[in-house]
Amino acid sequence: MVQKIAVLDYGMGNLRSVSKAIEHVAPDAQVCVTDDHEWIKGADRIVFPGQGAARDCMVAIGEHHLNREVREAVQRKPFLGICMGLQVLMGFSEENDGTELLEIFPGKVQHFAADMPGDNSLSLKIPHMGWNQVNQRQQHPLWEGIEDGARFYFVHSYHVVPEDKPLVAATTEYGVEFVSAIARGNLFATQFHPEKSADVGLRLLKNFVNWKPEQCC
Amino acid sequence: MGLAKRIIPCLDVDNGRVVKGVQFVDIRDAGDPVEVARRYNEEGADEITFLDITASSDNRETIVHVVEQVASEVFIPLTVGGGIRKVEDVKRMLMAGADKVAINTAAVFNPEFVKEAADSIGSQAIVVAIDAKSVDEGKWEIFTHGGRKPTGIDAIEWARKMTDYGAGEILLTSMDRDGTKIGFDNRLTRAVAEAVTIPVIASGGVGNLQHLVDGVKEGGADAVLAASIFHFAEYSVGEAKRFMAEQGVEVRL
Repeated sequence: MVQKIAVLDYGMGNLRSVSKAIEHVAPDAQVCVTDDHEWIKGADRIVFPGQGAARDCMVAIGEHHLNREVREAVQRKPFLGICMGLQVLMGFSEENDGTELLEIFPGKVQHFAADMPGDNSLSLKIPHMGWNQVNQRQQHPLWEGIEDGARFYFVHSYHVVPEDKPLVAATTEYGVEFVSAIARGNLFATQFHPEKSADVGLRLLKNFVNWKPEQCC
Repeated sequence: MGLAKRIIPCLDVDNGRVVKGVQFVDIRDAGDPVEVARRYNEEGADEITFLDITASSDNRETIVHVVEQVASEVFIPLTVGGGIRKVEDVKRMLMAGADKVAINTAAVFNPEFVKEAADSIGSQAIVVAIDAKSVDEGKWEIFTHGGRKPTGIDAIEWARKMTDYGAGEILLTSMDRDGTKIGFDNRLTRAVAEAVTIPVIASGGVGNLQHLVDGVKEGGADAVLAASIFHFAEYSVGEAKRFMAEQGVEVRL
């Protein structure tokens, strides 16, 4: 059986990079960038990327009628959220003067504080852009073969603050210690971009493609 | 430990081919952007920037194919500059697999374009490229057309304005230093880095590895961009990073 992997397309972000990276680690799988409900229902795994502003993302998810598909998938299938695909799982974002999110998990999305002290006598720049260390906070099959503290590529100005602390799969330091990945059951979601994180990123995607979560499917 | 300073090799691409003599002894086709990008990725480049210098607009599509091919094989951030004038151009590059576009001259002639692009695509994808020349003590002016045409616009003011307009990053090139190999204009870099809240990439003038360190420590750059020192294999990206780490700069090794 050829594995089917759906990359959810709601017009937000660099979906080609995500699908190319997955094709690279899963050459035998059928990878489809799609908003087709039937295809998504029939898929074995779901990747939920996203870039841009919170409100635009929520509007786009609504327009593509993906709200229910996402809610179903997070209950049932190996699910990987990336960047905004992590943030919109929370309840509420400070972005755009306050935006209601999908609220799969209680928690909020907040902006990095301005004027956090950085190096070379400058404040930390926002967006947080570049390669930072991901400190693993729980054992997880998606970390297999990836060193604790490995650097992944980030680009974001907001970060998640989940209420449920056992969700936290990784944290990263940028002025504050923020949550850079969450995990529960069949769901894993990252603030960083594995599809842009060279070998460690590809390893994480490969781990996802091979992942057989205990409590699903 | 925290965010690493980025090392960004820059490639000039003309009609789909890498130009300005990239010379690797053991590379099959030094003009093939895919092969060169793959090499830089293997050496540990944190991002790659392509500057499209194709003169004829008829051949603009070639860079799109280049980006498509590179993005299918090289999984680090890719930036494309040159000839980005409309939101459509930005979208086409991102669809092809670029992560960011660098907007230069078009921003000077139509600043609203930066706002429009940032609003519709997101600041994370919009790099504003600034070519600045020293005109007085502690004053720099924006020049266009490869540093030949003055605009009367103050570089520091401009950097602030572009940040307000939604730029996610600034690629700052000193036209005084470009091609000189005597090091970045670190005073310019610091003046801009202090003026804006977004990351600044220093460019123009790198001749040795100490220059990269100085760009970060003295200039306060978040990333350093270089072309010739990497192309001619004077130094590999890996060597540059090890040197910077020895000098106390945090890098991804």
